[in-house]
Amino acid sequence: MSFSWAKPYEPKHPAMKWLDQRLPIPRLVYGATGPGYPVPRNLNYFWNFGVLAGVFLTIQIVTGIVLAMHYVSTADGAFNSVNQLIMRDVNAGWLLRYAHMNGASFFFIVVYIHIFRGLYYGSYKPPRELVWMLGLVIYLLMMANAFMGYVLPWGQMSYWGAQVITGFFSAFPLIGEPIRVWLLGGYAPDQAALTRFFSLHYLLPFVIAAVVILHIWALHIPGSGNPTGVDVKDEKDTLPFHPYFTAKDGWFSASFLLIYALVTFYAPNYLGHPDNYIPANPLATPAHIVPEWYFWPFYAILRSFTLDFILPAKLWGVLAMFSSILLLFFLPWLDKSPVRSGTYRPLFKRFFWLMVIDVLILGYVGGAPISAFRTALGQFAAAYYFLHFLVILPLVSKFETTLPLPNSISESVLGERGTMATAG
Amino acid sequence: MVRVIAFLVGLVFAGVLLISMISNAATYFTNPPAPLAADEFHKEPKALQLSSDGPFGKFDQAQLQRGLQVYTEVCSACHSLKLVAFRDLKALGYNDAEIKAYAGSGKQWKIEVPSINPDTGEAATRKALPSDNFPGPFANDTAARAANNNALPPDLSLITKSREGGAAYIYSLLTGFTDPNTYRNEAGKALPADAKPAPNLHFNPYFANLNLAMPPPLTTNGQVTYADGTPATVDQMAKDVSAFLVWTAQPDLERRHAAGLAVAVFLLFASVLAFLAYQQIWHDAKGKGPVTVPTKPKVQARTRRAKTK
Repeated sequence: MSFSWAKPYEPKHPAMKWLDQRLPIPRLVYGATGPGYPVPRNLNYFWNFGVLAGVFLTIQIVTGIVLAMHYVSTADGAFNSVNQLIMRDVNAGWLLRYAHMNGASFFFIVVYIHIFRGLYYGSYKPPRELVWMLGLVIYLLMMANAFMGYVLPWGQMSYWGAQVITGFFSAFPLIGEPIRVWLLGGYAPDQAALTRFFSLHYLLPFVIAAVVILHIWALHIPGSGNPTGVDVKDEKDTLPFHPYFTAKDGWFSASFLLIYALVTFYAPNYLGHPDNYIPANPLATPAHIVPEWYFWPFYAILRSFTLDFILPAKLWGVLAMFSSILLLFFLPWLDKSPVRSGTYRPLFKRFFWLMVIDVLILGYVGGAPISAFRTALGQFAAAYYFLHFLVILPLVSKFETTLPLPNSISESVLGERGTMATAG
Repeated sequence: MVRVIAFLVGLVFAGVLLISMISNAATYFTNPPAPLAADEFHKEPKALQLSSDGPFGKFDQAQLQRGLQVYTEVCSACHSLKLVAFRDLKALGYNDAEIKAYAGSGKQWKIEVPSINPDTGEAATRKALPSDNFPGPFANDTAARAANNNALPPDLSLITKSREGGAAYIYSLLTGFTDPNTYRNEAGKALPADAKPAPNLHFNPYFANLNLAMPPPLTTNGQVTYADGTPATVDQMAKDVSAFLVWTAQPDLERRHAAGLAVAVFLLFASVLAFLAYQQIWHDAKGKGPVTVPTKPKVQARTRRAKTK
């Protein structure tokens, strides 16, 4: 938008001219996702996950609205409305529900890849700090919404998940318990909690959509980053969003949706937990309570604090778990390296992949039943997680020698062809 | 300033975690936890092959009908099937008249539906209609517990989805009851006395804590006389009822498999078309602009060093 060579919108049809003078919506779309938005030409496929996240948000909203037409938000009726009415009696209700259930998981898969892409290519660095922070706000809203959505079928994991997660607040001294009771509308999850979770679960996706608009708006001021991290210098470095990136997003989204469809149709319960097909029972605690897979790393951090060291272990766990996400807001100031892309940061790159492995280990520990070995592994991995972001990253950015950057994006894209040509 | 605070926060969290780890390790080695009987003697479900397995799986209607018969004659004495309606039995190959007869004849399905006496308003029961859900054997959970030594027989509608292992687990459980006194685990170890079943409990190595309240339901060959003449061995009955319970949990399975194939073929076709469009659009864009230096940063560094020399 701020590029001088971005093609201005010039409506040709009189109707479009008429509309443009009164309500310039076509101009907005043209500048946001049309030929008016120049995009670095060297984007790799990791850059497709932003659009894909939008695709999944849409799938979730559409399937969710129809599911809400059939869902009954009462403690007595919720389980049956999902497992009999929707799954058996509503036409294609099973499809809507499985698509929504797995859509949530795939939304998280896409968003996690999007976030790790940002971490590797330094997308949080100036001038895109706000893009990064708004993205984190979306992620937090997604987590809240996914949690509340998981409570709605009112199965055993729904109920005990609600019990555990709202229990986080009771870790705080004095104010904790009143906050928990206020959130739940009672001393334990029940009708009041279920109805408000349903109400908020319907509201938050639209809040997410609004923050997505801010996220894209903030992105369009400096324009998209790129794998070299070098700023766009002139027209040669860019291609218009449409038709180039719409075409690239088009085929990539279609093939990613194929994977989503295969899971939804052939292994719809693979990512879920069997216990949630047992109706909620406040008197029977499941043998091991686990959240959905996308919360496993954080759950591992929570459970890793097993020692009442000055503060109670539970308070340590809750503080650490919240910190593990909130620290990402400070990344632009923790990693001061002027080089954005991990490709040109040899030391950073190694630590980045260590961190990825570390998060995967945390995920494994968070999802598996507790054992002495896994607890120790989780504690080590959780300690490394904090050391990576809060200690190693600032130090690396201070001391590492980065590799020379290419002079421009077009040089980096077209250079390799040149050497191949001369070598051949 | 941000970095100083971050440093401290990072070191504090990591420090507390490492202290917890060391203290745990110390307790583990000084006071190692005793192995649990449930871990030592618990068995993973046996393999079970059903026609509904796999992406092209379809139900075997004859088997589902046999499974329904086992449920009707054996399981329904204690277990409800609340989420399934009699009308759903159409999927098992019965016609409307047969379903009506099954639900309301009192010959096959003996349990009646709670109702109200239209003259007095008193609680009463009536024969089930095809539009009714399967009525449970007990009026409520308290009655169910009272009749079963305080154990609640779970509803079976979703049982193959609500248990790890699904149908294979149900099949293993039904055929897995053994004598705790002669049972040996894979290591040849006999069951310790304190892990043996308490009164009214029954030993079954496929059950998570080894002892369950349900007595062996399928005990003798020929307990059910199959209408289609299939020999009713315990193994056969267990298989049939497990297959039936896959259907009760996922009546959508066949439609889902068929729709999935159509969607996958469509998306594959769409992806290929969209990929060709992408290639055509990008054809020219990939070869424009000046040709200068290589992309790989390390190669770049090398060429630059060579140039400065």
